[in-house]
Amino acid sequence: MFQRFCEWLANTPWSIALHESLWGYPIVESVHVLTMCLFLGMIVMLDLRLLSLTMRTVPVSQVAGRLLPWARAGFAVMVITGALLFYAIPVRAFHNIFFRIKIVMLILAGVNVWVFHSGVFRRVAEWDLDPILPKRARMAGVVSLVLWASIVVAGRMIAYNWFDCDRPQSSLVNTLAGCDPNTSE
Amino acid sequence: MSLLAFFTWCEQSFVGEAIRNSQWLFPVIESIHLLALVLIAGAVLVVDMRLFGVGLRRQPVAQLARDAQPWLIGGLMVMLTTGILLFLSEAIKCYYSSAFAWKMTSLLLALIFTFTVRRKVALADEGRVGPLWSRLVAVVSVALWSGVGIGGRWIGFS
Repeated sequence: MFQRFCEWLANTPWSIALHESLWGYPIVESVHVLTMCLFLGMIVMLDLRLLSLTMRTVPVSQVAGRLLPWARAGFAVMVITGALLFYAIPVRAFHNIFFRIKIVMLILAGVNVWVFHSGVFRRVAEWDLDPILPKRARMAGVVSLVLWASIVVAGRMIAYNWFDCDRPQSSLVNTLAGCDPNTSE
Repeated sequence: MSLLAFFTWCEQSFVGEAIRNSQWLFPVIESIHLLALVLIAGAVLVVDMRLFGVGLRRQPVAQLARDAQPWLIGGLMVMLTTGILLFLSEAIKCYYSSAFAWKMTSLLLALIFTFTVRRKVALADEGRVGPLWSRLVAVVSVALWSGVGIGGRWIGFS
């Protein structure tokens, strides 16, 4: 069903226009990368703080409180530009294994944020300036760093066609990427 | 040796050849390049935002700058190493790329600015630099580093 939706999306005039544009696509992609610097720059500094690897004398609540609004603003732009990049190549993205990995990782990163904010961060006042933060806070930092690094790498790899359906693929890739082996050349 | 001869020599170097001949090396090095970018961005922005008067406003600038410094230097080392490797694999393309020339110019200016003016302003005693100057330094810093990032992205489009 989502396949049909992607095909319909790919045939809308704006999708074709963006896909074929000389400047539109590169500009959207540049904005995506620049905003990544804002969004993930803030996230990385917060994660490093959770691991007591930087800004040790600044309370965690202050780092989170002052940096996360910027991260949220950046994330909003990331989602919009990301959606536009998907909109330009919906069918290819849908069957791109790195795109699928990226989406799964994004969901996991969201779960990590939820676990952190609904759990150990609620009692941040108790450990705001501890030399070594509670295990759950450190875990949230490590998981966040690993997931976001994977998301960046997976995102960059979407550009490569190694695992595209129109090339001969192993059955594992065919399953993961949702390729129909009968239609590939 | 002319510049073109030097770039050709880079392109034909053993390392450049090895990266070009591998399907995976370039993407892997480029991914590390991107991850270092995020680290540098974080280390730069935390201080620049503070200089501008937003973000961690309750902290002294000098202390934030000192805290961010090792991550900035570390990120830059990774960035330069992976950047040189990427360059070696496509030096001739870079020679004819105006985006590459733009990026190198911005990079040089950004590095000089960061380790002279910005460093001095960030580490100055509280109150010695007026808020307007601090803001100007922050804007110039973000503009120069953005120039590097945009230039880098556009090398791939040309």
